[in-house]
Amino acid sequence: MSGDPLWTAVVVASVGCYLLKLAGLSVPAAWVEQPWVARVVDFVPAALLAALVAVQGLTTEDRIVVDGRLAGLAVAALALALRAPFVVVIVLAGVTGAGVHLLTG
Amino acid sequence: MSDPARSRTLRDAVGLGIAVGFYGIAFGAAADAAGLDVWQAMTLSALMFSGASQFALVGVLGAGGSAPAAVGSALLLGTRNTVYGVRMAPLLDPRTVLGRAGAAHWVIDETTAMAVAAPDRELGRLAFWATGATIYLGWNAMTLVGALGASGLGGTAQAALDAVVPAAFLALLWPRLTAAGSAEPGAQRRVALGGAVVALALTPFVPVGVQVIAAVVAVALAGRPRTAERAA
Repeated sequence: MSGDPLWTAVVVASVGCYLLKLAGLSVPAAWVEQPWVARVVDFVPAALLAALVAVQGLTTEDRIVVDGRLAGLAVAALALALRAPFVVVIVLAGVTGAGVHLLTG
Repeated sequence: MSDPARSRTLRDAVGLGIAVGFYGIAFGAAADAAGLDVWQAMTLSALMFSGASQFALVGVLGAGGSAPAAVGSALLLGTRNTVYGVRMAPLLDPRTVLGRAGAAHWVIDETTAMAVAAPDRELGRLAFWATGATIYLGWNAMTLVGALGASGLGGTAQAALDAVVPAAFLALLWPRLTAAGSAEPGAQRRVALGGAVVALALTPFVPVGVQVIAAVVAVALAGRPRTAERAA
């Protein structure tokens, strides 16, 4: 991808995210505090973050690919379940991914 | 307001800033892996300043997704900051347009959590500004470290980085699925599982990145609120 579309995405998404924050401080509370709005917003991160875990961990372009990333995810999940701090989780996942890469060539 | 309470608030803010800095390193590295240069990574941390949205943007771009799909994912994750803003408006009570514009930039997960957890309004404001300042500094400095550190890595280090990115998303997701981090962990887990299944099922059929946005339909699995009144 050339530089320009990347810069456009970076700036448009940044300005958009800022305006979403500003809107919260600016709009009448009643607009956003509809029960269904609050409920949808409460659950959007779980759906999107899980989708990103799956896409980043298991796919390459339009295919499902199983490689060291899945092993890294499994180790990360175990570390998170044991309440390891973020940096430990990340390092363990990285070491696992690198190990699988070395073993499988 | 007592001084011990003030210093505890400041200490918590600095501790959180350091912890968030580690995510900043991971983000800088992920941005580099996605093909962004150091300036683009830094622009995101300085201007967007919302971790999950930033990770989503570079995650979709890194997977080969289109710019609109990447921007859409970032904006969808950014909507929760709007709700935080509504919750924070009475506490922050910005008097001027400039004050509001400045405060808005730091309305994120961590500052909101720290401010609403503070025992009173005065400490809540202190928690917001102190947490915002330390996280902003730590996040931007560590993004630079991660972006510079990741450039020019070899094959094995690249494989390590490839495994770090999904693990970082998992670490962002995890607290939302536990009783400590959510009022309805069961519903959150249903929605998360649904989102992952929808995204994987659509992967062979839609342009890269679109499956992430489409996964938002899994929110329907949350069902209706258990009670009509929501505690603020």
